Amino acid sequence: MAEAIAFYALSVLILGFAILVVSTRNTVHSVLFLVLNFLCVAALYVTLGAEFLAVIQVLVYAGGIVVLYLFVVMLVNLKRPPETHQDPRRQTLTGFVLAGLVLGELVAIAVYSALPPTPTGGVASVQGGNVERVGYALYVDYLIPFEVASMLLLVAMIGAIVLAKKEL
Amino acid sequence: MLDTVVIPLLKILILLNGVLIAVTYMVLLERKVIAWVQVRLGPMRVGPYGILQPIADAVKLMVKEDITPTRADKWVFTAAPIIVIVPALIVFAVIPFGDQVDLFGRTVSLYVTDINVGLLYIVSVASIGVYGIILGGWASNSKYPLLASLRASAQLISYEVAVTMTLVSLIVVAGSLSMVQIVRAQQDAHVWFVFLQPVAFVLYFIGGLAETNRAPFDLPEAEQELTGGFHTEYSGMRFALFFLAEYANMIVVSAVATTLFWGGWLRPFPSIQVAPLAWLGLVPGWIWFLAKTFVFLYVFLWVRATLPRYRYDQLMRLGWKVLIPLAIANLIVTGFVKVLL
Repeated sequence: MAEAIAFYALSVLILGFAILVVSTRNTVHSVLFLVLNFLCVAALYVTLGAEFLAVIQVLVYAGGIVVLYLFVVMLVNLKRPPETHQDPRRQTLTGFVLAGLVLGELVAIAVYSALPPTPTGGVASVQGGNVERVGYALYVDYLIPFEVASMLLLVAMIGAIVLAKKEL
Repeated sequence: MLDTVVIPLLKILILLNGVLIAVTYMVLLERKVIAWVQVRLGPMRVGPYGILQPIADAVKLMVKEDITPTRADKWVFTAAPIIVIVPALIVFAVIPFGDQVDLFGRTVSLYVTDINVGLLYIVSVASIGVYGIILGGWASNSKYPLLASLRASAQLISYEVAVTMTLVSLIVVAGSLSMVQIVRAQQDAHVWFVFLQPVAFVLYFIGGLAETNRAPFDLPEAEQELTGGFHTEYSGMRFALFFLAEYANMIVVSAVATTLFWGGWLRPFPSIQVAPLAWLGLVPGWIWFLAKTFVFLYVFLWVRATLPRYRYDQLMRLGWKVLIPLAIANLIVTGFVKVLL
């Protein structure tokens, strides 16, 4: 009962803050609502018993990445109100295609999660708390996808440096 | 009921009041220590040797007029001091001041709670406090506070990476993220972890100085160049909240350094049971803890009185080109030693 109340209250907060993120006119306010959104998601993880994930969510997203957003927003200092700003290179069709792809992905995840779960031997056999289980899942069961993801991030980082810096 | 509600509430009440009183007296101690370093007397007028000065300061700050600049963003301007002070106070929940003690026939633990991700909780909650500084400077709608808050965000992000990397190597040695378990691990290892991880301790302390905006890393509040820093437009109690948070964060950094590296509530030579050292065991654990924490707080003040401020490019170079590579090297060496032994 208490869990259900917590879940629905947090869901309302998460969705409400998400709507505020995209509907607020002031960019800094919008970033702040994003922080609140992330904190509520962290609280949701706590109700699911995933304390490690909750703390990492706060540390990485709320405490790290969004601070960088805020930094950039302040440096750029958008003087123009957003409604007068119409990007001439705006690609509506691409936007719709991408949104459709994301929707399809979400539907696929929903269908997949409705199926009965296939038991994975590794994670269940690990004793101990949250941290050990996440570590086992990342570095034993899913080592290759994990390394591929980190390689992808490295490529993106090098690409950003190359694009930003004309002469190396 | 008594164990689940009343005792935790009492602990929280005592802890919050204790922290706030400690913070006000830290301000007095800072003024006194810096005065002694500069061969002055410091505050002497209010009470004998100025010991009532914090009370006078608090009354002054509370009765001062609370001003919000006309062009400021009101909501964010009001929220910023709250965002700074709340994380600074709630991290105290997982700091173990001592082991379990018998009090009035009950066994009471001298910490509010012990969660199995305690250390990460401290790091992540502390990282939220940055927002207060950034937003306070931005919402003032004034150029010096904005410059200060941009400096603050760059500084805190850079040093947070170094500090977190450093703590990973300590976690590898301790084998746990729970603050209580880390102290127990030091008891089992028969040695304080500072002797196993001296590099990590030095890096953590330098990073701690930078994360609390203390000298020599106090660029966000460099008075001479920024007319005060991110809090220039604040007055009265809202101004005071920024300082309460800064001093509370100093206590957190000192207490975490004590817990992780200097044995927490353990006495010196925690496992040697010989007669000449028996008197060390008579002192209760929480006194050891507070004494060690006090030493680090004193070092904070000592450093401020001694070292000049870094230039901005020096600060960034130190963070990215010295501390982070050293932290990574320390982690790699620790990993190798741990695997080979």
